[in-house]
Amino acid sequence: MDVKKLEQIKARALKNMGPRAVETDYGKERTVLVCGGTGCTSGHSRKILEEFKRRVAEEKLDVKVIMTGCFGLCALGPIVVVYPEGAFYAQMTEDHVAEVVEEHLKKGNVVKHLLYKETVSEDGGIKPLGETNFYKKQHRVALRNCGRINPENIEEYIAFDGYKALAKALTEMSGEEVIGVIKASGLRGRGGAGFPTGLKWEFTKKAAGDKKFVACNADEGDPGAFMDRSVLEGDPHAVIEAMAIAAYAVGSDQGYVYVRAEYPIAVERLKIAIGQAREYGLLGKNILGTDFCFDIDIRLGAGAFVCGEETALMTSIEGKRGEPRPRPPFPANKGLFGKPTLLNNVETYANVAQIILNGADWFASMGTEKSKGTKVFALGGKIAHTGLVEVPMGTTLREIIYEIGGGIPDGKAFKAAQTGGPSGGCIPASLIDTKIDYDSLTAIGSMMGSGGLIVMNEDNCMVDIAKFFLEFTVDESCGKCTPCRIGTKRLLEMLTKVTEGKATEEDLDKMEELCHYIKANALCGLGQTAPNPVLSTLRYFRSEYEAHVKEKRCPAGVCKKLLRYEIDKEKCIGCTACARQCPVGAITGTLKNPHEIDQNKCIKCGACQEKCKFGAISKK
Amino acid sequence: MSKKCTVPFSGTKEQESELRSALSLLKNKEGALMEALQTAQGIYGYLPKEVQEIVAEEFGVSLAEVYGVATFYSQFSLMPKGKYKIGVCLGTACYVKGSGDVLAQVEKLLGVSAGEVTPDGRFSIDATRCIGCCGLAPVMTVNDDVYGRITADGVAAILAKYKD
Amino acid sequence: MVNLKINGIDVSVPEGSTILEAARAAGIRIPTLCYMKEINAIGACRICMVEVKGARSMVAACVYPVAEGMEVTTDSDKVIAARKTTLELILSDHNRSCLSCSRNLNCELQALSKEYGCDATRFSGAVTETEKDLSTDYLVRDNSKCILCRRCVAACKAQEVSVIGAVNRGFSTQIACAFGEDLAHSPCVACGQCINVCPTGALHEKEEIDDVKAALADPEKVVIVACAPAVRAGIGEEFGYPVGTNVEGKLVTALKRLGFDKVFDVNFAADMTIMEEATELIERIEEGGKLPLITSCSPGWIRYMEFYYPELIGNVSSCKSPQQMFGALVKTYYAEKNDIDPKNIFVVSIMPCVAKKFEKTRDYENASGYPDIDASLTTRELAKLIKEKGIMFNLLPDGQMDNPMGEFSGAGVIFGATGGVMEAALRTAVEKITGETIGKLDFTEVRGTAGIKEACYAVGGMNVKVAVASGLSNAKELCEKIKKGEADYQFVEIMCCPGGCVNGGGQPILDTYTRREVDYKALRAKALYDEDQAKTIRKSHENPVVKDIYEHYLGKPGSHKAHEILHTKYVKRKKYE
Repeated sequence: MDVKKLEQIKARALKNMGPRAVETDYGKERTVLVCGGTGCTSGHSRKILEEFKRRVAEEKLDVKVIMTGCFGLCALGPIVVVYPEGAFYAQMTEDHVAEVVEEHLKKGNVVKHLLYKETVSEDGGIKPLGETNFYKKQHRVALRNCGRINPENIEEYIAFDGYKALAKALTEMSGEEVIGVIKASGLRGRGGAGFPTGLKWEFTKKAAGDKKFVACNADEGDPGAFMDRSVLEGDPHAVIEAMAIAAYAVGSDQGYVYVRAEYPIAVERLKIAIGQAREYGLLGKNILGTDFCFDIDIRLGAGAFVCGEETALMTSIEGKRGEPRPRPPFPANKGLFGKPTLLNNVETYANVAQIILNGADWFASMGTEKSKGTKVFALGGKIAHTGLVEVPMGTTLREIIYEIGGGIPDGKAFKAAQTGGPSGGCIPASLIDTKIDYDSLTAIGSMMGSGGLIVMNEDNCMVDIAKFFLEFTVDESCGKCTPCRIGTKRLLEMLTKVTEGKATEEDLDKMEELCHYIKANALCGLGQTAPNPVLSTLRYFRSEYEAHVKEKRCPAGVCKKLLRYEIDKEKCIGCTACARQCPVGAITGTLKNPHEIDQNKCIKCGACQEKCKFGAISKK
Repeated sequence: MSKKCTVPFSGTKEQESELRSALSLLKNKEGALMEALQTAQGIYGYLPKEVQEIVAEEFGVSLAEVYGVATFYSQFSLMPKGKYKIGVCLGTACYVKGSGDVLAQVEKLLGVSAGEVTPDGRFSIDATRCIGCCGLAPVMTVNDDVYGRITADGVAAILAKYKD
Repeated sequence: MVNLKINGIDVSVPEGSTILEAARAAGIRIPTLCYMKEINAIGACRICMVEVKGARSMVAACVYPVAEGMEVTTDSDKVIAARKTTLELILSDHNRSCLSCSRNLNCELQALSKEYGCDATRFSGAVTETEKDLSTDYLVRDNSKCILCRRCVAACKAQEVSVIGAVNRGFSTQIACAFGEDLAHSPCVACGQCINVCPTGALHEKEEIDDVKAALADPEKVVIVACAPAVRAGIGEEFGYPVGTNVEGKLVTALKRLGFDKVFDVNFAADMTIMEEATELIERIEEGGKLPLITSCSPGWIRYMEFYYPELIGNVSSCKSPQQMFGALVKTYYAEKNDIDPKNIFVVSIMPCVAKKFEKTRDYENASGYPDIDASLTTRELAKLIKEKGIMFNLLPDGQMDNPMGEFSGAGVIFGATGGVMEAALRTAVEKITGETIGKLDFTEVRGTAGIKEACYAVGGMNVKVAVASGLSNAKELCEKIKKGEADYQFVEIMCCPGGCVNGGGQPILDTYTRREVDYKALRAKALYDEDQAKTIRKSHENPVVKDIYEHYLGKPGSHKAHEILHTKYVKRKKYE
């Protein structure tokens, strides 16, 4: 393999890709893309894929059926896109396949009732996907190939300039020059704290040592975050190519990808991709005919959130308990097996090849002054379009939630958005116009984190949400340092007291004090940021805490211990349905007489309220 | 504190030789203890003492060190799993959409708690972290089958599918 | 050198130093709990937090490297408040039955809590569920007092056995054996190094004080006591003497006042050990027996060998340890000579060791038909007994050992330090092989606290190559060499504990600060070498009582009778059952 051959493969592959290759002029060749991301796969998209393949073969149609990575609109999955029209079929089932084959593939009539509604214009025509609200404001750099190429076919990656950046780096640039471009682009780590990527590369290059490692953090563990998984599933070669470029820049010949074992599809595609890259001479010895040698090994996590922390990740790759260790020494000087190690996360790597190809200025033209480029977010919670979006840094929360995300379902009011997972904080409705970048999020007490964005509405209790995240951290604490092991546990216990109406106002102060202590004293990033969900909710929703404490009331009606079900004697006709439904026998009363709930026995399950046909039972 | 497994070990000679030959390749690889445990769990389905002893012996490390690693990661299991492994996602998206109630219902119907196996060995329940199907929240899985947008009321019907 | 300011004080320290070390150089103490130089620098407990100008959060002084121009504050309100909270959090998950704790008034957590004026009940909540491990004869693990500093884990790992480690994670983390098994079902070698490093009362020896008190109160029993060499170099620390003070005379008086019928000395038995072992060595060399011969004085080493290197059983001397030889001779030779039924003799050994508590329960350690040793107290237990009885140790006059088994040579004394057995054996073996009196008795090559020492001596026309190892990591290194046939030693001394018995698991516990500041192994050893130097008789074979016993009782060293009384057997042990 050499540069010339790479170009030949590109030409061949582009031709093979037909209508997907040139977006302005869809070729003639009909292509069916079925999403193979985890979300759609859980919706049985593989069966849909098989069904399309079966019928296409049966009918001997000249149609390509291809599995791709994630399209982003997971809420509407399983998703099928048919070219050349670019028809976007949503919430497909196996049963729908026959109709699409019969009508669309055979007769050329798009099956409109199966399309994503937003892609059907008022006059009945089909709108290009790019013009829908979901995609309009998105700008896809890291996700550029997701939903476009078959991630299990290296040639499709090469078709879209894949490995061209590696070729450029190896043949036209020195390691220093590569680092210079990354530095100038302003790219910052997409995994959490936002450390400048180029600097990290430079530190690793300058570190003394004959053996160096390049590692990829794919241990995306934040609840509700799946950006990295989607990249690995949809465009694994982007990560491999970037790691090779990084290895060339810092002087390494061995890479490790540390992936959560909970991501079987991502692992499988990565394995296939690494295999193909080796086969094509893009990993291994003398890559692209140069002296550069580099290979990648996959290491699987085993279910420990803390392993997303860089030192813990490396301890885990070393086969030990994934406990973080103190820094310094930083990984750039003393990382894996004690050797200088460069560690970036998946999304960070996914930007690298594009930066090398398009230049630092191109990348730096996107985003805000200190946060360049785009950021991928995983939208979840009480939002219409749960899924994956990529927007330029500096996009406001309002744009993401209301324009791209489709707003809050069921006419409910937006209450808060949580970014940064268990390390982040809750952003209240009053700050919905915040331009999202690293520094603005930190300034309002949250953090970028890896990109999980959970939307909450009026039905969510913020104390309960803080408790949920803290429970997660307590569960995932490695147990090594005192502030995290015991401190977060005590904090959770205090928070639980609040949700049970047992806390005092002094407890709130004590909680706040403990939060600041943990932040300042914990060993690693997990512990240091663990109090953020509590601190940010205390900051923006203190009145809600106070309602729990002073009035023994949960305004959102979530905290069970503070709920009270009551039967309205006027409305109750004594049908006994509730009494029969009650799992603990807390309701007494005789036929045709008003019933009563024994509050001491009641477990607040709400079953009686659901059963009552007369609206006589209310939650207070 | 003691995590002794109550189910007797029933590993076969074939399993042991499969494990040992896998370990003979792994032990020369730097830092491969976790991979070894993953391999062992792949062969036996869980990591009983007898299996961890083989790993400790082959890797030349103490059993306490192996056990320390095995108990650190939630995916390593010291108990066998049920024939049908139920997972209820308690990730954020599912949680805010009521997966806690779903889990409670599963536990109620099967009479065992998360992390346990039914006495007949048929079902085991796990409360899982986000499995990435947030669009389908709340989600529960039975082996490889994924059920999305479920309610506590729907649990019984799902479990009924796994009769044998 | 790196220049920095700590609390405004300028200090220069070598590059690579930690803030903790720099503070020490500036005369500033920073508290530590989990830190142990070189073997446990993990930054886990967070008690040593300090402020560094410009740093995002506070940093752990024990692991944070100094940098040029750094400005450190160790005494700000913020720092003090943080340390106090850390301690209070630890206390909230700690069994605070301090008054009845074995480490009351000698507990690092207690001392720091006092120093920082902690409110032990400021935080409350769930506590870790624990069970006491009472399964062994030698050691008690009480996790309710464990603060997860992991010093014991580091000590256990340094001994290459790692039978305890961190298990589970988060708040459920505990220090435990694999599968929560008790220690008796693990390949623990009983060295007790974990006890010596534990800052609290989570680890201590299984006490036998009550058994001893009962025996002393029993009019039927002749209660005989003897101390191991290292005890006299250590027990003074329990009474405020500087590390390395030899208090042999006061020790004898104290034992007499405690009511022991005879106060003998294990040093005497050490001389006996040399007679047997030197003979065994010479026989093996002359008759082409299995070499190298490895010493058998250290029960921790023996247990390690039985678990981890059973293939070396044939290399290990069949000699019982001095403790066991002592008990065996008391209940045979001494009993016969004084016409006492061995059934009525109760032999107490005072040991710097917890493995001795296990050793006395081994098979083949009952020459008289009764156990050679009835009770084995650690140095610490004896100190406790002395204190309990109101004996003002520091004011005691020096006493004299009883005859006959209180007689010993300088060679017997140095058994307590690494290399001592080797040196003692050489003094005898060389003279026996050459038949000539040696002039220079000091074999300095095998002295000192280095982990492995090697030497080669020309003895009667042949070269005797020897090696000495203390600490099991060093022992392991030698064992591997021997196992692979890469070693050409004739004689090897192995002691389980680093530095030998002076640093045994039963010795007085020094706080982490003293352990760091004072070369206690060398100082305690020096006390023994000084005593050896001052002795007129410095060779085991010149001990008149030893000569007498061979002449009138055992015949000659290595005789059949000597074997029956003074030798033992080893077994291969399974690591896990």
